[in-house]
Amino acid sequence: MPGDTERGGSTAIRVENLSKTFDTAAVLHDFSLDVRAGELLALLGPSGSGKTTLLRIIAGLDFPDAGRIVFGAEDATRLPVQQRAVGFVFQHYALFKHMSVAENIAYGLNARKRSERPAKAEIKRRVGDLLDLIKLSGFADRYPSQLSGGQRQRIALARALAVEPRVLLLDEPFGALDAQVRKDLRRWLREIHDRTGQTTIFVTHDQDEALELSDRVAVLDKGRLEQVGTPDEVQEAPVSATVLKFLGDTIEVEAIAQGGAVRVDGRLTPVRAPEGLVGPIKLYARPWQLQFAEGGEAHLHGVVRSSYRTQGRQRIEVDRPEGKTVVVEAADTNRFAAGSPVGLRIIGGHVFPN
Amino acid sequence: MAPPIRTDAPTRAKRRFLRPSVIPGFGLAFGYTLTCLGLIVLLPLAALVTRASGLGLSGIWEVATDPRVASALRVSFGVSLLAALTASVFGFLIAWVLTRYRFPGRRIVDAVVDLPFALPTAVAGIALAALYAPNGLVGAQLARIGIEAAYTPVGIYIAMVFIGLPFAVRTVQPLIAEIDKEIEEASATLGAGRVHTLVRVVLPPLIPAVLTGFALAFARGVGEYGSIIFIAGNLPYVSEIAPLLIVIKLSEYDYGGACAIATIMLGISFLTLLAINLIQAWSRRRFGYV
Amino acid sequence: MSETFAPVALAEARPASVVTEGRWIRWLLIGIAILFLALFLVLPLLTVFAQAFAKGFAAYLAAFTEADAHAAIRLTLLTAVIAVPFNLVFGIMASWAIAKFEFWGKNLLVTLIDLPFSVSPVVSGLIYVLVFGAQGLVGPWLLEHDVQVIFAVPGIVLATIFVTFPFVARQLIPLMQEQGTAEEEAALTLGASGWHAFRTVTLPNIRWGLLYSVLLCNARAMGEFGAVSVVSGHIRGLTNTLPLHVEILYNEYNFVAAFAVASLLAGLALVTLLLKSVLEWRYADEIAAGARGH
Repeated sequence: MPGDTERGGSTAIRVENLSKTFDTAAVLHDFSLDVRAGELLALLGPSGSGKTTLLRIIAGLDFPDAGRIVFGAEDATRLPVQQRAVGFVFQHYALFKHMSVAENIAYGLNARKRSERPAKAEIKRRVGDLLDLIKLSGFADRYPSQLSGGQRQRIALARALAVEPRVLLLDEPFGALDAQVRKDLRRWLREIHDRTGQTTIFVTHDQDEALELSDRVAVLDKGRLEQVGTPDEVQEAPVSATVLKFLGDTIEVEAIAQGGAVRVDGRLTPVRAPEGLVGPIKLYARPWQLQFAEGGEAHLHGVVRSSYRTQGRQRIEVDRPEGKTVVVEAADTNRFAAGSPVGLRIIGGHVFPN
Repeated sequence: MAPPIRTDAPTRAKRRFLRPSVIPGFGLAFGYTLTCLGLIVLLPLAALVTRASGLGLSGIWEVATDPRVASALRVSFGVSLLAALTASVFGFLIAWVLTRYRFPGRRIVDAVVDLPFALPTAVAGIALAALYAPNGLVGAQLARIGIEAAYTPVGIYIAMVFIGLPFAVRTVQPLIAEIDKEIEEASATLGAGRVHTLVRVVLPPLIPAVLTGFALAFARGVGEYGSIIFIAGNLPYVSEIAPLLIVIKLSEYDYGGACAIATIMLGISFLTLLAINLIQAWSRRRFGYV
Repeated sequence: MSETFAPVALAEARPASVVTEGRWIRWLLIGIAILFLALFLVLPLLTVFAQAFAKGFAAYLAAFTEADAHAAIRLTLLTAVIAVPFNLVFGIMASWAIAKFEFWGKNLLVTLIDLPFSVSPVVSGLIYVLVFGAQGLVGPWLLEHDVQVIFAVPGIVLATIFVTFPFVARQLIPLMQEQGTAEEEAALTLGASGWHAFRTVTLPNIRWGLLYSVLLCNARAMGEFGAVSVVSGHIRGLTNTLPLHVEILYNEYNFVAAFAVASLLAGLALVTLLLKSVLEWRYADEIAAGARGH
């Protein structure tokens, strides 16, 4: 295993100008991305964004129409999957049902040529170590059908780690599990990663999962890379409305930009427009970037439709005169009766070049 | 017959037998089913069992060890075993090709597999006899390389492969279709070559189905009559099958002899059925699926 | 074991899918499968027609002008007309009881219904001889009352019912089990009578499966040879069905006539296969339980 490499170190995998078309639909367009050694990278995107195809091409389960995959200094584009030394974890585990847990984990080692295969005792020791790592030490002789979904996914991970892969690839690894198990496994995967320093790429459509778990997030949309950066970077400085919208609830407001200032309904907002952005634009804000305000302070006006409490906050739906409904998040202090008129002040947000 | 007012006791007894349901018609459907089953299937089979038990084990043994009967049983079971083996191997290959590969005419080939189910056995029988006779299309070619097919156990083998093949194909085909391609991909990512993947990952879960198909083809071969008798030539001690011997005994009014042979054959086919059930129960326990 | 690594496909510009075999292997296996089927299944079928027309069309037609051939056709149709509806009603009754209710001993009942499939056709005929034959259980009584079962039409019909007994039931049971009872219960809560619910809810759900099983049942009923052969007595013009007529003609070395009559049955088999395939392609979900993909 590649030890505790400094995160953000050298490039482990380089994806260069990848294109892929299935039947007639293009799934990846001229896609490039660098994966750093030892990092935990999330490929985040809606379904159909090409993220799973990208993962499968890196693994060697699919092949690109154009472009290259480079592992370290080696061009791996035409390398058969068997020789890529990747660990792949499938959404539905793909465990071998007729093999015990230990046999599943040892599978990759036993599949090697005799000259490269570790001795029986060594394989047994490695399986034992991996079972300890995934905290399923007593389960060596069980069969997959006797395990829960979360346990099966841990076995699948151990099986992938057993071959000491150059990179660990996880395709929606928690997608088939229920909410509580998902949360536990997320934390656990982060721990495993911290201990092994294994370069890891995982695919998810769940923003929370990507932001909580990864060192860097690559946001994909329609086969293109929208943005790649740390969770903080993509949240604080999203490069496009697509990224912003995909990362959480967003309110869209008509605004006018001029000389760096952004105005809504003629009133100045704290949002700054980049140089050269002039004219009617859209301002995007999170629910907590709107505050209730009295007449002169407010950028927006509307009527409370309903409100509900969630985890110590309250969310209020406000109908705006032009027919749109915005959701505002506020501290759970004063309540708003349905039908009461309110004013809203924008205290933050983003604008993007058209 | 039914009392107008139900007392508690029969209700309770009945509850144990039948789980209450709002769906009507159980009594009628169940009664009709049992009546038909009893009259058409169980009663005649009981007649055979009664007759056979009249002979006693020693009586059956005596018939079974008669040289001509013993020879016919050997031919029936031995050749059927070989034929079932052939049908299983090629049946698996055909099932694999039909489910995994796309090629022009696949649907027609798939339909052809059921031909032995649809074609009356007597028709298959005379066709095979004509084809494999020494002057037949295939028979002449075989004769040239020194193989006599018609009127020998080879002919019986060919007929048994013919009728056993669909069983072998149709029992494994749905299971091949159900294989999750991800497990093959998982095996490949772990470094295993295609052959290793097939032998270690794809084949083992299919073994119960292959065995079931084998057992069905075997049982069918042992009992088969129509498609065999024309090609077999029916030479005593050489190419005479057990079902034919039953017919011969019957025509000689030797009901006891016919029953003894029938009992032995029934016994074997029940053992085969039992074996199939055990295979499936084992497979379900071990892997959680059939 | 260590040599089981697939050779690396360097020559191919674009590597094939990892979950299939190389292209040459694939075509080789397809070739073997098709060749095997052609040799073992298709060639015999073609032989039937080739032999039937070996002496020309006139000789072919001559086989059907015989009175015995007409009698055989009539008897075969009669047998099917009795046996198929009988098993249809039985199959619906049995699958209704088994699929829609939970009761003790259900698995045993299913096994018993399947029993005729695992009995040799010859034994199937034999057991009816043992019941109705001259030395049989009720044979002497029948003889006294001048009722002929064995070596007569009733025996042929009974033996045919026996060998086709499980066809409809075993097709419908899994299908109806999969469909469950929710729709019938819904119909009952809406005020339908049991019969009405069956006619308007159950029957439409199983109609294609029913048709499918009737098709196969009919093919077997018309083509059965072993069982019918034992109980028939081979009386020409009286107790000969089409398959038995084929046998007699063949044994008399009247090959053209034998194959001509056989071609009729082979034609029936082809029509059956065609309809069966059409049903499978069109209504796969409504014929067999568990055929649904994910």
